[in-house]
Amino acid sequence: MGGLSSISLAVDIAGLKLRSPTLNASGVLGMSAPLLKRVYDSGAGAVVTKSLGPQAKPGYINPTVVEVEGGFLNAMGLPNPSVNGYLGELQELNKEGVPVVASFFASTIEEFQSSAELLCGAGANALELNLSCPNVSGEPGMCAADPLSVKRVTSAIKDVAEVPVFVKLSPNVSDIADVAVAAEKGGADAITAGNTLKAIAIDIDFRCPILTNVTGGLSGPALKPVALRCVWEIAEVVKVPIIGCGGVSNWHDAVEYILAGASAVEIGTAVMNHGLEVYGKVNEGVAKYLKDNLFRSVNEIVGLAHRK
Amino acid sequence: MKLSVLHTGSETLKVVKVERIVKETPDITTIYFPSVAEASPGQYLMVWIPGVDEVPMSLSTIGDPSGIAVRDVGEATHAISSLKKGDKMGLRGPFGNGYSIKGKRPFFVGGGTGIASLTPLAEEFVKRGVKPTFLIGARSRNQLLFKEKLTKLLKTGLVISTDDGSEGYDGYASDYAGGLMAKGEFDQVYICGPELMAAKVWADAEKVGLPVEASLERLCKCAVGLCGSCAIGPYRVCKDGPVFGSEVLREVAADFGKRRMDASGRIIRVDH
Repeated sequence: MGGLSSISLAVDIAGLKLRSPTLNASGVLGMSAPLLKRVYDSGAGAVVTKSLGPQAKPGYINPTVVEVEGGFLNAMGLPNPSVNGYLGELQELNKEGVPVVASFFASTIEEFQSSAELLCGAGANALELNLSCPNVSGEPGMCAADPLSVKRVTSAIKDVAEVPVFVKLSPNVSDIADVAVAAEKGGADAITAGNTLKAIAIDIDFRCPILTNVTGGLSGPALKPVALRCVWEIAEVVKVPIIGCGGVSNWHDAVEYILAGASAVEIGTAVMNHGLEVYGKVNEGVAKYLKDNLFRSVNEIVGLAHRK
Repeated sequence: MKLSVLHTGSETLKVVKVERIVKETPDITTIYFPSVAEASPGQYLMVWIPGVDEVPMSLSTIGDPSGIAVRDVGEATHAISSLKKGDKMGLRGPFGNGYSIKGKRPFFVGGGTGIASLTPLAEEFVKRGVKPTFLIGARSRNQLLFKEKLTKLLKTGLVISTDDGSEGYDGYASDYAGGLMAKGEFDQVYICGPELMAAKVWADAEKVGLPVEASLERLCKCAVGLCGSCAIGPYRVCKDGPVFGSEVLREVAADFGKRRMDASGRIIRVDH
């Protein structure tokens, strides 16, 4: 029998062809093109930008992150140089041949549409609509708790986007499957599930919340079973591809997500302890799992755990 | 099956009480506190003052107690400089790679509070029987950090420059350093200080083929290599750095001493 080279890690997410099923999670290493190029060189199938808004934002004053048992909280406050301020980075990634998913957010339908047009024009290979940041209470665009708004925004972006549109949902809702169905009805080409889980950490010496924003989003291993359940529930009700995101630290986690219905996974917090090598290591581990279990491609096992 | 768990090491926030305060110059104060973890020269801590900010600070004293030398220049550094004995502060770290010990005839160039991170490195060299030449520079003589401590450690190995000529070489440390390096007496250079100074010293070292390690500064938010706000080229100053060798400095020459990202990720000029 052949080695791992006979195994195909390539996946196709609504027309976005990826050489491997790993991406970086938005907000991780996505502020500039050279670091994203390094993510790609480490084995990612595509890279995801920092979420870009209509205006430049500096984000919150530190502390913006804090470690907790089994995980990590962050409330960065969506710092970004604006869509316009990032177009040069997109062009640089294009020139380097790195497939880019442009993550973005906005406050109005018009802003969402004009951002989508600018990002497509600068060469984004897909768009990831961030409707689910838990840390910006003043952003009306963070509407992932409201299925009707999700459908409306998705549909408006689909009207103008020339590339696949992923909709990134929130675990901070009572029924994520409902929201996923709304996104699919709005024309979403894929669902990313999901964002961080709203959380808090309190310092007992100073007797105050640690994060400047008071609350933050939980990521890392502690989030994994929750996000995995989200993917499972979404896979039961939609036909579009799913990108799993939440606490993936190794190939075992990735295989779980794929068996639950994800076609690819986004990896973020694991970079802290495993370095950028985590993308390549997860790919290798998934390939070995496929080979050991006599599968030839990732596609063969997507959602396999749902088999009755 | 081995499960991946997060470290509960340097990333964990610890709260300590200030043990001692030393006023070093009119605007630089050393804060001493109980050691939170093993550290090596060139590493830094994230220092949290609730309600104000959390900022990176190089260790100027390693061991127990440990120390950070802070110049009062902004809201966060003012809050740290104003701490009194017994006050609490939050610490994460130590983070970063630190310097590596190289060379038999090392040359140090420290500007302003940059002298702080190089001082434990000088102590480490002396412990190993190598006495570095250490050029410390400041705007004026009353702003020279650790002059007494370094004189005791290095004797004639300590050389001084002041921008206003009030002590030692009259002019910029970077100009003085260029002349000293050209004499061919050194085999390794360590730099920490204002970036325009560091970039000029590095460029002069390149001209005479001297290898350099320079400690860089960028806006540091997470300190654990995730957020990307401290990127210089493809490197994260918080995790891959803050100390970079000549090879990396060549790779990021378009940025080093020239441009950096602001808090929103927009590119701005390096101005000091």
